[in-house]
Formats: sequence, structure tokens, C-alpha cells
Amino acid sequence: MTDIATSPPIDAATAPGSGQRLRTATQIYMYAALVIVAAIVVVPLISTALGGFKSLSDLRGNPFGLPTEWQWSNYGDIIVSQRYWLQMGNSLVIALLTVFLTLAFGAMAAFCFAHIRFFGSDYLLNYFLIGLMFPAATAILPLYIRIRDLGLVDTYWGVVLPQVAFGTGMSIMLFRNYFRNLPSELFDAAFVDGCGYMRFFWHVTLPLSRPIIATVGIISFVGSWNSYILPLIMLNSESRYPWPLGIMIYRGEFNTEWQLVLAFITLTILPTIIVFFLAQKHIIAGLTAGAVKS
Amino acid sequence: MSMSETTMPGRSFAPANGKTGPRATLQRRKRSLKHSKWPVLLLFLPPALMLFTVLVILPMGEAAWYSFYNWNGYGLPSQWVGWRNYQLIFRNGAFSQALINNGMIVVASILIQIPLALWLATMISSRIHGALFFRLIFFLPYVLADVAAGMIWRFVYDGDFGLVGGIAHLFGAEPPYWLADRDTAMYAILGVVIWKYFGFHMMLFIAGLQAIDKSVLEAADIDGATGLQKFRLVTLPLLGSTVRLSVFFAVVGSLQLFDMIMPLTGGGPSNSTQTMVTFLYNFGVTRMQVGFGSAVGVVLFVICVTLAFSYKRIFMRHD
Repeated sequence: MTDIATSPPIDAATAPGSGQRLRTATQIYMYAALVIVAAIVVVPLISTALGGFKSLSDLRGNPFGLPTEWQWSNYGDIIVSQRYWLQMGNSLVIALLTVFLTLAFGAMAAFCFAHIRFFGSDYLLNYFLIGLMFPAATAILPLYIRIRDLGLVDTYWGVVLPQVAFGTGMSIMLFRNYFRNLPSELFDAAFVDGCGYMRFFWHVTLPLSRPIIATVGIISFVGSWNSYILPLIMLNSESRYPWPLGIMIYRGEFNTEWQLVLAFITLTILPTIIVFFLAQKHIIAGLTAGAVKS
Repeated sequence: MSMSETTMPGRSFAPANGKTGPRATLQRRKRSLKHSKWPVLLLFLPPALMLFTVLVILPMGEAAWYSFYNWNGYGLPSQWVGWRNYQLIFRNGAFSQALINNGMIVVASILIQIPLALWLATMISSRIHGALFFRLIFFLPYVLADVAAGMIWRFVYDGDFGLVGGIAHLFGAEPPYWLADRDTAMYAILGVVIWKYFGFHMMLFIAGLQAIDKSVLEAADIDGATGLQKFRLVTLPLLGSTVRLSVFFAVVGSLQLFDMIMPLTGGGPSNSTQTMVTFLYNFGVTRMQVGFGSAVGVVLFVICVTLAFSYKRIFMRHD
């Protein structure tokens, strides 16, 4: 029991009930519950990864255990295939463009709302916040027609621009709240030194805004990397499909060969899982704090 | 956070706190710079404003316009049908099913997901080994794409090759095909929704628990409250705002649910698992019924905005 005090303090100091030691019986019950829930989370993922190493008949007889014979070629064939890397590349390009524009447009507009009072500024801010209230799917048909008329169907921009547009509300909201909480002395000092708005934005605001840039960046990256409905509607050529669309196509093609589909799913979610484990602190904080604040 | 709280040209960051001397010179200096606010406004606002207007607001307005036409998306809408598209929506059995399903997702979230998340959050917030590890594992499904989660669970639920089939096999039972049965498909989907999102709600509660003043709980200890009493009478009331926020996210998430349904059932069998967005997709987009699909979009928009506004007004007034 003594080493409980040295356990990783997930804010142990402030956690409720931390004043007393936990009884052993309670502990066992808690661990049992946590392990069961963790198993429910992890078993589907592990079975998917292992299923990718099996043959179809092996999968049928033994969906849980280790493969009787490891079929490395299931994974090997996908990893050397052009389509896998193409889809990953497509997703990456779309996500990076989305993140960059969401950050740039959001931070710039938010800077105006945070520091400059102009005619109608309150109304304009509320106008942007309308975008937070409904999902992109509501106006998807008129949006498609517009993208088509702009000649952007089946291009990356046809996916990127709507994603950025629907992300502006969140981006402006988070940036504005952050900018307004920066210490006012900075602004006064900069103005005494004759610094204009734009230099202030570039040299003072942005360097101080790394945490919020990370938050908005993570939210829009994860959203774009995982997005399905916009690419589904805006893209026609398989060569431009991002990976979530790719999974659906792959499943349609290899309908009868679950083991290949499982290998494909595993390889496509692998980057997400690796990045999540590497940067878990930032990702969890970004996704939850961002959601709460906007 | 109030939106009406606004700023003056140079006096932007925080309320003034009585510095008068240098303030006067500053004011003069700022006034001379006042003209310089226009370049920044003209450079910084238009990108976001144009993109947002053209790709968010205009399409929503166009949806309202198109919804009174019968139109395949080519040329200009000309065949005016009045309110017929709306009548068709509300007469459509699949749409009522979608409404019911969206409601079921919210109910399942309130009855199962949120209590589960809260329970796990209280355990993880107490001093235990491996708290960070469990937190990480529970949050993992949330970062996976809905499509991937749906596909994984399609495998899990598969009667021939999947885990559920395997379990049935162990007990010598006939493998169930939950996703293919219209009586069970929606419940199977609810399971996936909870699996995917409980970790997110748990994180909200962990944050909420950390914000609770420890001395209140110590006072309860001194008064001889048991663990359960402390939870029911102290912790839970103090978590009120988090619970309300959590329910809000469940409602919003339910109204958007689409990506996960597509790999699982696509809305079938016989429309038993449609949500509002899959209904819009299956009946409006795939058939290129722009008028009808736009009308569905308008209904969805009205539901979203009404729910968001009234929920915030009624339940989150003081949060």
C-alpha cells in the first residue's frame, strides 16, 4: 500500500478521496472493473490486427487466438501496394492544407475580433459562431453544387475549403478567447514603441500563442484525417481518395476476404495509434479542452 | 466569454486598473495610430469571412431555396413543388425511424455512456496505479476514425468470421447476425457508439473532478460521510455543469452520426438504422434528389439550432 503515494500522480493532490488510503478490497474491485473495460476497448483492436495475419479459414475457426500460421503476405502485399501509400498521402495533404488554412484564417480573424472594435464587430463575430451550430452534412447538396460550379469537384481543394469553412467558427472562438487573455501590458508597450497591428500580430501574438495553435491544429488535423462525408461527396477518382474512403472501397473489392480487409484497416489506423501514443498528452488535452471551450 | 463584451481600439486586453499618468499619452499615441486599424481589418478578415459565407452560409440559404423544387442539380431549379418535399419527408417511414434512432442514441448516452464515463472517471481520479495507462486506453477509440471503428465492429459482429460468431461457436450456439437483423441492428450500433465515445466523456468528467475543491470532500469526511454519500451528495452536484455539457455533446454527436453507420449497416436492414444524416445521404445524395435532400438538410438544421439554443438556454444558463 505504501507505493500508492508514489504512483503516477494524475493530479493525485486534487483528486477527490485522495485524503484517505483505499482499502484493498475496493482496489481489487476497481482494478477488475478497469481491466474489463480496457479489454472491451482493446480486444476488437487486437483481434483486427491479428486477424490480418490469418488465412480466411483460420479466421473462421479461430477469430480470437493467435494465427496458426502467420500470413505475412497479407500485410506485405498492402504495404508495398501503391494504393495504400497514395491514400495515406492524400489524407496527409488534405489534412495539412486544412490545418494550415484553418489556423491562418482563424487566427487572423480572431485577432481582429480580440483587439479591434469596428462597426458591427459583435454581429460579425456572432455570424461566424452560427457555423458551430450545425454539421456540414445539413447543406451538403448545395455545397456540392457550389463546389462543382467552382470547378473544384475531384480536387483536394474541393475537400479542403469546405473543411476550413466549417472549422472557422471553432478556430475563431478558441483563438479570440486566448488572445484576449494575453497580458494587456504587452499591447501597451508595443504601441508606445510604435508597433502597428500587423507587426504586433506577427511578432508578439503568434509567438505567445503556441498552446492554442497546437489545440486548434490538433482538432482540425484529427477532424480532417478522419473525415469521410466530404471526400465521399466531393471526390470521384480513386487516386485522390483519403484513407477512410479507401477502407470502404477496399472492403467492397475484397468483400469475401476479411483477412485482407483487417490487414488494411490495421495499416490505415496504425499511424493514428502511433501518433496518439507519442503525443497523447497534447492530443487528449487538445481534443477535450478544445471541445469544452468552443 | 460574453460576446457583447467588446474592446476599444487600443485598449484591448484587460479592464483598465486606474493607471492614469502614462495612460493619457498612450491614448494620444493610439489615436494617431487609429487609421492603421483598417489595413489589418481589410487584410485579416476577408479570407475567413468569404470562405465561411460562400461555403457555409450561402449553401444553407440555398438549401432552403432548393427545398421547394424538384431538381436533379443540373441547370436551374424550375419545377416548383411548394411544401411537397417537406410533406414527403414527414410521411416517410425511414425518416421517422431516423428520428427515433437519433433519440435512442441520446437516451443510450444518458443512461449508459455518461454513467459509465463518470464511474470510470471517479476510479481513475482516485489514487491508483496505472491511472495514466487506463486513461490512454479508454481515450484511444475516440481518436480513431468513425469509419475505421465501424469497420472494426462490423468484423466483431460478423457471424461467420467475427468475435461474436466465435463466442457463439464456443458455446455451441448458432452464430447471431445482429447487424443483419432489423430488431437488433440498432442496438449493436449503440454498442459501437458507446465504445467509441465513452472515453471522451470520461475525460470531461476527469477534468470536472479535478476542479472540485478538495476541502469540501474533507469536510464531508469529518462529518462521517461514506464514500457513496460523498459521491451522491457532494461530488455529483458539483459536477452538474460537466454532466450538462456531456449530454450536450451526446445530442450534437447523435445529430451528426453518419461515418460510423456507413461501414456497419449503411442505414439498413430495411432502414432500421438510419440516422438523419444517413437518411439525407441515402435518399437525397445518392439519388441526386437535390430538392428533397435540401429539405432534409433544412429540417436537420432547424432541429440542430433549436436543440442547441433551447438546451443552452434551459440547462446551461449558469454554466
